[in-house]
Amino acid sequence: MDAMVKPAVNPAVADAAKQLPKVVARNVNVYYGEKHALKDVNVDIPERSVMAFIGPSGCGKSTFLRCINRMNDTIPVARVTGKIEIDNLDIYDKSLDVVQLRARVGMVFQKPNPFPKSIYENVAYGPRIHGMARSRADLDEIVTSSLKRAGLFEEVKDRLSDPGTGLSGGQQQRLCIARAIAVGPEVILMDEPCSALDPIATARIEELIDELRQNFTIIIVTHSMQQAARVSQRTAFFHLGTLVEEGPTETVFTTPHDRRTQDYITGRFG
Amino acid sequence: MTDMTLSGIRTIDLGTEAAKARVKARYRAESRFRFYGLAAIGITAIFLVVVLTDIIVKGLPAFTQNVLQLRVNIAASEIDPKGTRNPADIRAGDFQALVRDALRAEFPDAKDRASRRQLDNILSSGASDYLRERVVSDPSLIGQTITVPVLISSDSDLYFKGVGTNVIQTPGRGTATPSATSGDVEIKSTSNDFANALASVKQTLTTQARNEAREAERLQGFALRAETRKKELETELAAAKSANNAARVAVLEPQLAAATDQATSLSGRVKELRDDVAALEQRYKNPTASEPITDHMPSLLIALNGGVVKVTEVTDHSVKGETLIALTSDNPAAPGAWQIVNYQTPEGSRRLNDRVVTWLNNLKDKGLIQSQFNWRFFSSGDSREPELAGIRGALVGSALTLFVTLVLCLPLGVAGAIYLEEFAPKNWWTEIIEVNINNLAAVPSIVFGLLGLAVFLNFFGLPRSAPVVGGLVLALLVLPTIIIASRAALKAVPPSIKEAALGVGASHQQAIFHHVLPLAMPGIMTGTIIGMAHALGETAPLLMIGMVAFIVETPTAITDASTVLPVQIFLWSDLPEIGFQARTAAAIMVLLAFLFVMNGTAIILRRRFERRW
Repeated sequence: MDAMVKPAVNPAVADAAKQLPKVVARNVNVYYGEKHALKDVNVDIPERSVMAFIGPSGCGKSTFLRCINRMNDTIPVARVTGKIEIDNLDIYDKSLDVVQLRARVGMVFQKPNPFPKSIYENVAYGPRIHGMARSRADLDEIVTSSLKRAGLFEEVKDRLSDPGTGLSGGQQQRLCIARAIAVGPEVILMDEPCSALDPIATARIEELIDELRQNFTIIIVTHSMQQAARVSQRTAFFHLGTLVEEGPTETVFTTPHDRRTQDYITGRFG
Repeated sequence: MTDMTLSGIRTIDLGTEAAKARVKARYRAESRFRFYGLAAIGITAIFLVVVLTDIIVKGLPAFTQNVLQLRVNIAASEIDPKGTRNPADIRAGDFQALVRDALRAEFPDAKDRASRRQLDNILSSGASDYLRERVVSDPSLIGQTITVPVLISSDSDLYFKGVGTNVIQTPGRGTATPSATSGDVEIKSTSNDFANALASVKQTLTTQARNEAREAERLQGFALRAETRKKELETELAAAKSANNAARVAVLEPQLAAATDQATSLSGRVKELRDDVAALEQRYKNPTASEPITDHMPSLLIALNGGVVKVTEVTDHSVKGETLIALTSDNPAAPGAWQIVNYQTPEGSRRLNDRVVTWLNNLKDKGLIQSQFNWRFFSSGDSREPELAGIRGALVGSALTLFVTLVLCLPLGVAGAIYLEEFAPKNWWTEIIEVNINNLAAVPSIVFGLLGLAVFLNFFGLPRSAPVVGGLVLALLVLPTIIIASRAALKAVPPSIKEAALGVGASHQQAIFHHVLPLAMPGIMTGTIIGMAHALGETAPLLMIGMVAFIVETPTAITDASTVLPVQIFLWSDLPEIGFQARTAAAIMVLLAFLFVMNGTAIILRRRFERRW
């Protein structure tokens, strides 16, 4: 069924699909103990674009997102089968170091979770443990450029030593994005990054995501279909643990192939 | 579903009597509950205040000590007869004799052995300690006369702190003329100065008479019964004799003899008592006749012409007695120039006799007694003499023991907690360990003491009474507390922090040691301090490993024999001397102070570093 859902690509809109896929998932199944949370997911995620995962609560979109940087490893009962490749490298390979993987696949969480340390330390932590900076000045440069990329530098440049937890919610979330991009990941996973923010802060994050698309492959889980429509090039719809439909955002929202997608988008269930 | 009929929506009618009653009942229940809460807190507060007040009132006197400022002649003949000025020789000198001589010089008329011994007993057995140190450090003092503070015995010290007797002085109204200056003296006054004393003696006579009369009454009952029994036996014996029952006669005769004896002795005693009562009444009825003063009555003394006379017999206008301190002359003393002194506690019911109390008052009047802060309490070890006993040994012992406990507990406890909370696989095996740790926290502490005795002392052969063993035992005791507190602190750190660290590519261990552990540290510290405070107050397990021994020396290493503060309190509380009661309370105050400081630190740490998410 998934194979059927997959292409049927409209060449006019699917410019992204022409690119090489950055992340490739084949027959991914996730079990939480007895519960079969994700069933046979196959998807190609193109490089330097935004992919949105939508679907009702409990459909497995976050679960799949957390498979991509193996965050599910921290849950003792979770079991993942199938294959996920980033740049043709199997990330579930036994010889792969999960810590290095997570440096390549950054993550931004639903609730802003800055470390209870200074703004500077929040951003500098990742580069420091990975030995990215050769000198203090080098580290300063990484912190500054990361904060600039996250669009936060102008607001906090005078108070880099203030605690990160003292910022507003939107600023905290951009700090978390700066922290994620400071280690130079190739893929950034965002798990409902705006669900705890007000509309203005949300708009800023969405702008930021659009800018970051130039340099990073972004995968975003969202409950807001407008947000998916605004920021993503491709959209995947999950329902009850299966990937129902995946395609260019415009296609998915205007002419969905699957009845369930249509029902969800038009607000019949969710 | 749709064809099911729904009943109308019910509303609450707030106007009905029932509704009003319900509201009232709710208010009543709430105020009742508030009252219970307040009452519980109030009662607890009262208990706390009573206990603390009691301890402080009892303990405060131990923080001061009365010393005697004596002019001591440091005679070379006693200290350094060979003239070597060698510190070791000087140290061996009989400084106590010097101090004794100096005190005897204050009371030259205490010449006989008994009174000299009493005089010596005013001094503590450690009276010369300070003098010895001073002379050893400065031998040039030998041959000089210097004023040094001298420690007095616990009983003398307590007398100045108000334990002993009240002293009431009234100036004499008439002119008093002593018949001699020493030995047995009669003092005549031109006024009826001693009428009050005589009256109170007579008053005690009536009390005595009443008691004796009651006793006579009681014995009279027994006497009558014995008489009846005797009569019965006599008739029985007569009957047996007339019946020629020889066996019965042989049984009855000794019984009759015993009954006769008893009846005679009882009625004799009754007669004695009654005579005594009559005599007492006679004495009471004659208000001017002289009366002896015994040691069951408050003591009466006369201070005049620089001396003191202890009264043994009193009349209205004159007293007879013996001199405790010789008078300077037998000249008549003008009204107001002499004193009638009353020691209200009878001599028989206090530890210091009239002579010693008089000497002490004399020393006090000369300004030789000074009350000082009792540094010795903090600077000396245990002793059998209350005035020499201090808590230094126990404090150092406690510190060494706690040091051992902390060094063992903190790394083990925190490492164990981190492993169990963050790394250990969740299976039945870790489950069992967890349950056991929680149960271990509830095991009675004496069990740990027995364990220490069996394992550390008997199996490993570690030294008895040593802080190292105490520390090991207390570490076992405190470990569960620290593990539980540390796990709770680790659990309280939100998982989002760990996820954030993992998200930027930190390893599990880095995430925990860089982010989770620092955030959990205040909680871990709080748990550790509270655990340590618990260990500081622990007594029972340390008794089992021999830390209850009487140890004078301050320990210098963790393998030295020592005791700890709570055990010291336990030991002192067992001693009968009154001087130790105050020291027990004072040691409790020190222990409580340490506990307050430790718990206060824990609270401050929690407040300072507490972080809310």
